Amino acid sequence: MAFGNKKDKSAGRLAISQSEQGGATVVKLGGEVDLNVSPVLRDHLKSLVQEQRKVVVLDMSDVPYIDSSGVATLVECLQGVSRYGGVLRLAALGDRTRSVFEISRLDSVFAMRPTVEEAIKG
Amino acid sequence: MPSDPAAMTFVRVLVEKAAALCGFDDKQIGGIVLAVDEACTNIIRHQYENRHDERIDIAVIADEADGRLRFIIRDYGPTREADDFRGRDLADVRPGGLGLHLIRQIMDTVEYSPADGGGMQLELAKGVPAGVEGQ
Repeated sequence: MAFGNKKDKSAGRLAISQSEQGGATVVKLGGEVDLNVSPVLRDHLKSLVQEQRKVVVLDMSDVPYIDSSGVATLVECLQGVSRYGGVLRLAALGDRTRSVFEISRLDSVFAMRPTVEEAIKG
Repeated sequence: MPSDPAAMTFVRVLVEKAAALCGFDDKQIGGIVLAVDEACTNIIRHQYENRHDERIDIAVIADEADGRLRFIIRDYGPTREADDFRGRDLADVRPGGLGLHLIRQIMDTVEYSPADGGGMQLELAKGVPAGVEGQ
């Protein structure tokens, strides 16, 4: 996958698009992240871990809903990225989506930023 | 509903509507939707071992006298002891095992019991916000 390229794919009701911005790999998700689509998201994020992307930003601004299977997928990605010294940041979570991380007590485990731009900066 | 994850969008819409009619605020509605969704996906994954052609029954009860929004969720999988349904320790940060913890955090009542004729029944309930009448 070349830097600067943008690729899009959709999995069921989840749209995944990826771009390179400011040295970060920005993955924009669109749709509900549930048991039905989590396996496809997992495969996508797994490929980023295998490529050892240094900075991965997940743009959650168009994710109205995430369940525990989605959260588990992100935990797996976080652990994978951390193993080689990379970072994963979540950006632009809505109230409901953020609440799932809070109830799971994972809001302190993930780096969360209000915007994609801030997530890219650090 | 069928034990198909693709059907969960439909369930979430119905639960959201029921919770909104009962006067819960947006954050509470999101939580209730999540709790029912997690209960159903737990059934799909563990009671039906990801078979998508089994049956899940969901009853929604909003009783003004009771003052609670209740969901009775029944499956036709194995009958288990209620103690088999336990969440994991959250201090152990790892993928998986979060669903039941989320349900218990969100709902006031979470009660598993063997269903008549086999399978399990789960009752979830949450008190309707004070001052909401006529639901």
